[in-house]
Amino acid sequence: MTDTEMTDTDFSTAGELVCPAGTPAALRTAVDAGADTVYCGFRDATNARNFPGLNFTPEELQSSVAYAHARGARVLLALNTYPPAGKVALWRDAAAIGMRSGVDAFIVADMGVARHIAETHPGARLHLSVQAAASSPEAIRYYCQNFGVRRVVLPRILTIPEIRKIKSEIPCEIETFVFGNHGLMVEGRCSLTNWLTGLSTNMDGVCSPAADVTYERAADGSMRSRLAGFTIDSFAPDENAGYPTICKGRYTAPHRTEGFYAFEEPISLNLGRMLPDLMAAGVHAFKIEGRQRSKSYVRSVVRAFRRAVDSIRAGGEPDLADLVALTEGQKETQGAFQTKKWR
Amino acid sequence: MELTLGPIAYHWPAERKRDFYAAIADEAPVGTVYLGEVICSKRAPFFERELPATIDRLRRAGKRVVLCTLAEVMLPRERQATAGLAALDDPEIEINNAAGLLAREGRPHRIGPFLNAYNEATMAWLAEQGATHVCLPTEMPSEAIAIAAQAGRDLGVGVEVQVFGRAPLAVSARCYHARAHGRTKDNCQFICEADPDGMPLTTRDGQPILRVNGIQTQSESYVELLQELPAIAAMGVSHARLLPQDVDMVAVCGVFADRIAGRIEAAEAQGRLAEVCSGRGFSNGFFHGAAGYRRIQAAAATG
Repeated sequence: MTDTEMTDTDFSTAGELVCPAGTPAALRTAVDAGADTVYCGFRDATNARNFPGLNFTPEELQSSVAYAHARGARVLLALNTYPPAGKVALWRDAAAIGMRSGVDAFIVADMGVARHIAETHPGARLHLSVQAAASSPEAIRYYCQNFGVRRVVLPRILTIPEIRKIKSEIPCEIETFVFGNHGLMVEGRCSLTNWLTGLSTNMDGVCSPAADVTYERAADGSMRSRLAGFTIDSFAPDENAGYPTICKGRYTAPHRTEGFYAFEEPISLNLGRMLPDLMAAGVHAFKIEGRQRSKSYVRSVVRAFRRAVDSIRAGGEPDLADLVALTEGQKETQGAFQTKKWR
Repeated sequence: MELTLGPIAYHWPAERKRDFYAAIADEAPVGTVYLGEVICSKRAPFFERELPATIDRLRRAGKRVVLCTLAEVMLPRERQATAGLAALDDPEIEINNAAGLLAREGRPHRIGPFLNAYNEATMAWLAEQGATHVCLPTEMPSEAIAIAAQAGRDLGVGVEVQVFGRAPLAVSARCYHARAHGRTKDNCQFICEADPDGMPLTTRDGQPILRVNGIQTQSESYVELLQELPAIAAMGVSHARLLPQDVDMVAVCGVFADRIAGRIEAAEAQGRLAEVCSGRGFSNGFFHGAAGYRRIQAAAATG
């Protein structure tokens, strides 16, 4: 297949389920479980889940695209990080490999990368990554007008009425996160990990990297979780020690001498109950976070959302029990989508 | 290389801002002063009345004045504020959000550090669309800065790097100042005004780590690139940005000006800065491609 032959895939059905594929095995699992679309990235800094043991070689991408296409599913390639000056070629090469592999769209954030793909691969479909932090109709239109972006992945900071309003003012599709890790900072504008570890979320695709994580149990049974030597949280002997993500840690402030969740509690986003409202607001595609998750996680989440979307399409109510069960026993949130008070 | 004074990130009272800029106008050896609220749209009205007089005051003192747009644009008032600034041709504007680029419609403007111009391809695109000047993201390492500076020269675009002040590390839709006080953003009662240098966050082991400034998260320590200034100038970076902190900023500007002019060595400059910023820690890790909080003594960077 030559470089200019990105087939104009049909993305027209609303309620599209966009599912994470951290590995080829997870991709097959997601497709088999009913994903309309899967998203994935290469094993390097060109995508925002550049974690050890995750992601695809060019060969794996090619065979995975074939697997998905044979089953009617689409593949999105995440090229959603920001190349630092001098390293742009890695992102350009990744786009060329994606074209040759037959991916159905690219997910981009950097204007230089978007422009390169728009000019070099004019048939390519571009989705604007949440990492671009386009949270107004004007910002979204900027990317649509200049790079032909066909879909925006909205930041997780908008209420449903705000999403409806945005939809009425933009010429492209909307994709929103509905399940998984609940990022607190504006994506693409966070250097917290780089401040503590020397690896950048924007430039290296890394967030709170596992290699810098340590847990230390004290004599009294309490546990400290650290990132690059900084204590992100400490846990009583009967508490579950969470992963030390900087924006989910507990800190003290002058007037808050007991540790408190200064940014957010370790909590998952679950918009299962809101799917009909989101569709009514004009959301075209639902994104499930979790390229770092296991195959069994991907299977159960994708199946539950598949059933929910199918029943909505059939004019019925989604089976909420399934979706609620996914986060049973864990803290879950509807985040900003439900109310402005979240802010 | 010219010194600039970046926008005030904090919610200082209007009188304090007015007095601050009067002192900057009279005494600070900086060529360009960036004004405007970049962090929180709720704060902007407080200084609006003072703005024309402040612009005038700075200009009469020979400073170039640039108005900055918000980093985050989501609410109607934020969209309106951005469009309003983008409509101005005088003074110059610095754009921090793509919404501002749309409204600017290709007329000349500067690119702020929140717009994510990380590389030569993005800089070339922005320059074609009217950008005359780019402030690089604070987290960029020296190798990338050098290439961006070269690209800036090739494109005829000014390139600016933050050399002093807390590193801007993140923004959010949520106000962490309000949250820490059990309030929401809509009902914040401007509690952030109580922390003119940000609200310190400390780890549960007692180690200071971050600062909260409304919706923004900053570093605890100040970025300080006094030692690296000659190397930065040699790369072709055209402007060095000082971010206002709750210290004697006229004195800070003086230290950096003396260092840029080669009147003092790095060690003397650092000694003077430490006196001015008594009690604050300093970092230069980002520049050296290391964890941002680190302070690295780089022999190669002296000069």
